[in-house]
Amino acid sequence: MKVSFELNGEPKYLDVEPGERLVALLRRLGMKSVKEGCGTGDCGACTVLVDGRAMRSCLMVAPQVQGKRVMTLEGLGTVDDPHPLQQAFLDSGAVQCGFCTPGMILATYELLLRNGDPTPDEVREAISGNLCRCTGYVKIVDAVLLAAQWKKEGRWR
Amino acid sequence: MAVDGRKRNAVGRSVRKVDGPALVAGKPVFTLDLDLPGALVGKILPSPHAHAEIVSIDTSEAEAVPGVRAVLHQGNVPRVPYTTAGQGWPEPSPYDTVLFDRKVRFVGDRVAAVAAVTEEAALEALRKIKVEYRVLPAVLSPETALADGAPVIHDEPDAEGIYDAQRNVAAAVDIPVGDAAQGLADAAVTAEAMCEIPYSQHAAIEPHCVLAYFDEAGRLVLRTSTQVPFHVRRIVARVVGLDPARIRVIKPRIGGGFGSKQEVILEPVAALLALRTGRPVRMAYAREEVFVASRTRHPMRVAVRLGAGEDGVLQAVDMEVLSNTGAYGAHALTVLSNVGSKTLPLYNKARHLRFHGRAVYTNLPVAGAYRGYGATQGYFALEVAMDVLAEKLGLDPDELRRRNHIRVGETSPIFEKIGEGREGTAQIVRSCALEECLRIGAERIGWREKRGKRRTDGPWVHGVGMACAMQGSGITGVDMAAATLVMQDDGSFRLLVGATDLGTGSDTILAQIAAEELGVPVDRVLVYSADTDFTPFDTGAYASSTTYVSGNAVLRAAQEVRGQILDVAAAALEERPEVLELGGGAVESRRTGKRLTLAEIGHRATYVTDQRQIAATASFACPESPPPFAAFFCEVAVDRETGIVRVEHFVVAADCGVAIHPQAAEGQLEGAVLQGIGHALSEEMLFSPSGRCVNASLFDYKIPSALDAPRIEAILVPSSEPTGPWGAKSISEIGINGPLPAISNAIYDAVGVRLTRAPFTSERVLLALRAAGK
Repeated sequence: MKVSFELNGEPKYLDVEPGERLVALLRRLGMKSVKEGCGTGDCGACTVLVDGRAMRSCLMVAPQVQGKRVMTLEGLGTVDDPHPLQQAFLDSGAVQCGFCTPGMILATYELLLRNGDPTPDEVREAISGNLCRCTGYVKIVDAVLLAAQWKKEGRWR
Repeated sequence: MAVDGRKRNAVGRSVRKVDGPALVAGKPVFTLDLDLPGALVGKILPSPHAHAEIVSIDTSEAEAVPGVRAVLHQGNVPRVPYTTAGQGWPEPSPYDTVLFDRKVRFVGDRVAAVAAVTEEAALEALRKIKVEYRVLPAVLSPETALADGAPVIHDEPDAEGIYDAQRNVAAAVDIPVGDAAQGLADAAVTAEAMCEIPYSQHAAIEPHCVLAYFDEAGRLVLRTSTQVPFHVRRIVARVVGLDPARIRVIKPRIGGGFGSKQEVILEPVAALLALRTGRPVRMAYAREEVFVASRTRHPMRVAVRLGAGEDGVLQAVDMEVLSNTGAYGAHALTVLSNVGSKTLPLYNKARHLRFHGRAVYTNLPVAGAYRGYGATQGYFALEVAMDVLAEKLGLDPDELRRRNHIRVGETSPIFEKIGEGREGTAQIVRSCALEECLRIGAERIGWREKRGKRRTDGPWVHGVGMACAMQGSGITGVDMAAATLVMQDDGSFRLLVGATDLGTGSDTILAQIAAEELGVPVDRVLVYSADTDFTPFDTGAYASSTTYVSGNAVLRAAQEVRGQILDVAAAALEERPEVLELGGGAVESRRTGKRLTLAEIGHRATYVTDQRQIAATASFACPESPPPFAAFFCEVAVDRETGIVRVEHFVVAADCGVAIHPQAAEGQLEGAVLQGIGHALSEEMLFSPSGRCVNASLFDYKIPSALDAPRIEAILVPSSEPTGPWGAKSISEIGINGPLPAISNAIYDAVGVRLTRAPFTSERVLLALRAAGK
């Protein structure tokens, strides 16, 4: 079947199997930032934004994004021009292995769009569905609060 | 390298992680991010039985499934006993595993493997493999494994290195120093604790995975999520019968390991499927398979008895260990050894020591290396026993530690008596800031104000507890690392290391170590790790070895390159090398002030005069293993009505010598502490009466989420290790050793019951409270 949706600002119109999981479709399209850690919606590594909301792409099938906007980490910033939130993850030491990082950044990007001045507890709540086994979450929370600070200072574009 | 007075340009700074920009941008840097056209999907058929003989196996229907290209099983794969443990040579773990055996030994054991053009076809083929089993009685606890007449799990005649296969004992260690029994009998005060750790999991977020394919010359390439690329090459070559020179192992970025990727599990299967089909093969464990069929921490029961004088100085320590290695003996002996070798030297005042351990087989999942590597299990019992002893003596627990812990210039006979499955190496402690760790940790938690106060808040009672730990920095006589450092024509550097950054930040740390010696910013050193074709040997990322062992190799290579740079500059400037100074990206003469940039030097050596490649390869073999030290303090609240334990605040103060990258070092502590808190409060693999793991998912096996994480404070307490690169020791494992005993001791401080069986679930706490009539 055909689906049409917007992927990181680009229109897509392509063939999918009705049962193809969104995580598989996105990775097939080269969006390798979308990671699979469990396949059961428990770890959050496959988090993407669908119409601006953080969703587990391993629990969705491709036809569910028909007519919607999908954003993966590839749509946020690049190596040479990282988004301030990505920069904050770097500066704060919030990245160890980096496997949960794409999902973490997208989940907290959604948070910061909703709530530009979150408390540490609100940050924890926002990432409670994104498991990290490396950091103890300490520096991830630091990073999100730093990015929020930069946002308040008008340093987000 | 002793710390000198020079101003540091790289070491001690939390520079940007060298692999960080690609990771935050989500670039395709992990194993499975590489698409290989025409790759087959490999899948494994797991055993449904805990213990059974395979009477017959019929794969004809499976092979007829469209798209299936190969089916491997015991009937068509040569039998080569080996161990999946990726360790040095000679391998200390028993050769009790074959790729596909005639017998299965746990639910999830490997029966057959399939390669097919799609995952669906592979799964359909697995369903169509007909296996006739003769089910055998299963051994589901270490106690029953040791019972007379217990079923023998490893009755195969070709296994090697098992301590006593007939009695299901994979490994044994007995180390007496002095006379512990007499020492205990003579002691004024004795205390004991018996603590138990269940099956628990590393749960790295990236599952085990591998790509196997062929290069242009037909050589086999394994791109794999591993901590031990060189051991993968050696082990795969032997198991699949290929010349090691025909195998290249590439380690890309790794999505966490914590020891579970020190095992060679999927690689030989993927290699064999690729060899049989001539096609690339992609294999990845599903999360359920990671739980059941990768590796776990060794479940253990550790009993500690302490004898001390009235002054609290220990006279005797007796430690008795029963370790469950599961169906195979990966790391059975070495983890068992480390229970004693990494704990007993901490309190070196005791003259009489006894360490007695058995690692036994059961028909349960296979245990292996896991951060802490036995020390975690040992410290649980040792540090709870110390808390009991402190109470009996009427001493503050932190004062009891202070009176007993090892100090600079001191040693312990254990260093020499217990090594990694063999004798160890005598060494003295050259750096130790534990006393300062104890002081700072106590202050940060509010120890003096809170201890014994039992502040209540509704049903919640607060308490504080503490523990200490040490670890090592690499394995003496085993670990060896090498580094190649090359200066380019533009004056920048390439650093090639076999060391395996699995998320710890070691690539960055090794670049810092080189940059410091070369007087350049870290971004002038391009790091590449690890590829068995292009990077020199390294035993791998385990045993807290990389900063110390690989770091020393890098420092040596950098020292040699520095000498070569000065030689070239001396010729160019017509000066003696001794009057030249390297720093700030240039060489300057102290005599004349004349200056050459590294770019000018690189250009000259490459193209102009006396042409040569400025480069060096150096190696470092671990002569001693300087321990990092840590003090752990925590505050908990216990709900007397429900038994729920909440960690309110956790402080770890640790001495890793000079922290090369303080932010990364803190990150290691924070992450290790939260894993330890998971062990203490929620993590346990549960089994059905037939030995099937019933919570093999991240929903049912509860690792801490951000909402479960308490306030964790990691404090780096500096010392300087004279044998370490720029004064550094290790930091990656030690943090996991403290939470279990510190939290148990805090629960006791709060409500007066000792929790000695992890995890301390609300049920266990409530039952303990009821049993104590509280």
